[in-house]
Amino acid sequence: MIAYIVRRTLYAIPILIGVNLFTFALFFWVNTPDDMARMHLGLKRVTPEAIAKWKQERGYDKPLLFNSGAPGATEKLGDTIFFEKSIRMFVFDFGAADDGRDIGREIKARMLPSLALALPVFVVGLLVHITFALLVAFFRATYIDFWGVVLCVAMMSISSMFYIIGGQYLISKLWHLVPISGFQGGVDSAKFLALPVIIGVIGSLGAATRLYRTFFLEEINKDYVRTARAKGLSEVTVLFKHVLKNAMIPILTGAVVAIPFLFMGSLITESFFGIPGLGSYTVDAIRSQDFAVVRSMVFIGSFLYIVGLLLTDLSYTLVDPRIRLG
Amino acid sequence: MMPFLPVVLFTDWLVYLLVAVIAAVAWHVRRHEHLVAPWRRVVRSKSGMVGLVVLAVLVVIGLLDSLHYRPRLGVQQADAKAAYAVDVLSVFDVLSEPLRARREKTYSAPLATELYAKETIELSDGGQAREYPRLQYGGAHLQNPQEDFVADVAKHALTGVASGLFGWLALTIVLCASLAHRHQTRVGESWRRIWCGETEVPWAAILLTSLAILLIAGPAIALGVKYHILGTDKVGQDVLYLALKSIRTGLVIGTLTTLVMLPFAIALGIMAGYFGGWIDDIIQYLYTTLNSIPGVLLIAAAVLMTQVYIDTHPEMFTTTAQRADFRLLFLCIILGVTSWTSLCRLLRGETLKLKELEYIQAAHAFGVRHLRIVTRHVLPNVMHIVLISVVMEFSGLVLAEAVLSYVGVGVDPSMISFGTMINNARLEMAREPMVWWSLAAAFIFMFALVLSANLFADAVRDAFDPRIRSRTLTPARLRELAAGSGGRGAERAA
Repeated sequence: MIAYIVRRTLYAIPILIGVNLFTFALFFWVNTPDDMARMHLGLKRVTPEAIAKWKQERGYDKPLLFNSGAPGATEKLGDTIFFEKSIRMFVFDFGAADDGRDIGREIKARMLPSLALALPVFVVGLLVHITFALLVAFFRATYIDFWGVVLCVAMMSISSMFYIIGGQYLISKLWHLVPISGFQGGVDSAKFLALPVIIGVIGSLGAATRLYRTFFLEEINKDYVRTARAKGLSEVTVLFKHVLKNAMIPILTGAVVAIPFLFMGSLITESFFGIPGLGSYTVDAIRSQDFAVVRSMVFIGSFLYIVGLLLTDLSYTLVDPRIRLG
Repeated sequence: MMPFLPVVLFTDWLVYLLVAVIAAVAWHVRRHEHLVAPWRRVVRSKSGMVGLVVLAVLVVIGLLDSLHYRPRLGVQQADAKAAYAVDVLSVFDVLSEPLRARREKTYSAPLATELYAKETIELSDGGQAREYPRLQYGGAHLQNPQEDFVADVAKHALTGVASGLFGWLALTIVLCASLAHRHQTRVGESWRRIWCGETEVPWAAILLTSLAILLIAGPAIALGVKYHILGTDKVGQDVLYLALKSIRTGLVIGTLTTLVMLPFAIALGIMAGYFGGWIDDIIQYLYTTLNSIPGVLLIAAAVLMTQVYIDTHPEMFTTTAQRADFRLLFLCIILGVTSWTSLCRLLRGETLKLKELEYIQAAHAFGVRHLRIVTRHVLPNVMHIVLISVVMEFSGLVLAEAVLSYVGVGVDPSMISFGTMINNARLEMAREPMVWWSLAAAFIFMFALVLSANLFADAVRDAFDPRIRSRTLTPARLRELAAGSGGRGAERAA
């Protein structure tokens, strides 16, 4: 087991290096820092001095890969854009954003609001979706099942932005139940988070219910379920004691991969509701074309994804003793 | 000299290519009974055909919107060099001329005869008054809007309903006649069969869907030429026109993305599974790396870079439409890059399985070359996976476009799309009285497009997926279910 974890962790390193090289190529080779400077400063009336100053402020004035002018071998490789901007990320040193703030500190501060929104959405969502799917599976092959699936497909076809805008209009503007947007720490946060959480759960209801329903139906047709019914167990007992337990394996293992992403928050929900989490941070960075922040978020995102994959593989062994990792 | 200059945008080329590919595939499938069989199952599915009818209408609009040209400017001297307008128009623009050309000043509500905002108007006696000015076009034919409005709208709507019904009856009779001709029965008999559901193809469902479409389209056309039935937006453009134009953008993103990524996904997926060894390792490393970057962020990073490129190379693009189109094409490519990994992984797994089967072992034993084995024996047997993933991907991509446009990395702001419509209308919710029509139109049209695509995709999946009946869960399958498809993933991550 420990050997497996170590091996998987080692396997993650080349992937992170790959991501790093890829983003480096995308941000510094496809368009040179000069291009970026010109775009930021506006295309017209831009002097070479202004470009040089812009690059110097951000540390983009160094050579890309190899600094032949620097003294000593370590400086030759170390005093370059690649080392300063890319290698440093491996120790979570992201440098400064365009507004001069330290990206690492910003990320730390914004993780909590993101988590405060994403965690309830995740937990409540899982419970609600499983309940609905179980209900639909209980009434399988009836009209309730049919129309339930139709409803799921219809809900899947609605843009997530509709749920947000519609929810804000209905609950905040018409009924004045909660504030439209904003955020506060502590107990007050519940007031601000209620609506985004509800919308987050409803927004993914269709897709999740339909997926979980197929999990349940797959189990329901198995031999051990037939045996349980043949013993004379009631349908409810069969469903809760046998089917639910076994269908939880795919549901939970599927959900585990999402856990690390809870830190990342969700882009549009956060920015619509003005929650100062990582999602809105990313959206703001994309809109203001802050390349340093986008690069850092790409790195963090891939890191969390790899952690998620590792957790998923481990969770298989925990919930299903038949699977052994070699 | 030509009265117009044909313009073929990058995406137009690809749209034509896609149509050609679909036509070629259809022709090929028709001649092979074993390939027709699963399509028969699709055709038998009620919900699938309902989706297909709606989708077909939207696709026709999208295709008409893909034939672009630049009209010639004014009549000049015969020897002068022809000058063409900077605006790129499409055949659809010509058909919807009444919608496009009748631009108001600013917002107006659906079916309104007056502008949304009050203006100061000079009165004939020299004084001034603050009131809602009449619209320049919407309902301009009414002498006295307060009294005539209801009667006029009712008259036009009824005309529309009547012509819709008439068209539908004609359609139904033609269908009955052709069915009767094919089955050598009387027309009345095939009418009875259709409505009793005794036909193989669910004609009743198809006809009812057509009826619904015609009953909406008829009044919409009859009223649309006199009023703005979905209102106008901030710069006075007809919202119905914008919504119809958005269909092409949605279709392009949904289809071209897969067209762009398909060759890579198929080639790499099959190679990885077929050859194994270090080739497999490299390809797996490649897609794991790409997959580990969150979709939205990868798209954002790449689109920002494209934007820098477009801004620093203005000489490459002669018109705004071309610039916007370049960005759209790039968006498709980037969305393709983020979504090819899941298909690649599926194909790799399936090829691994196929490789061990007897008929491929036999081909090896006979000394058949690798390329021939792959194209003759492997490829045809994984095509159902390709098809399923293409149709399942579509709706997720259409939804993702709106989200990406909101984040600011979607299509060019000058390009009409559901995303830009929503984005522009979003801030107007705060106005009093609320400007809701733009937003509602975008969501309704998007819903129709995505829902019909979802229904059709489900029918295709049910017909083609051999595992649909006895589907067993394996960890690999779990992961692919949990990971979902690329476009969907991007939408969900947001």
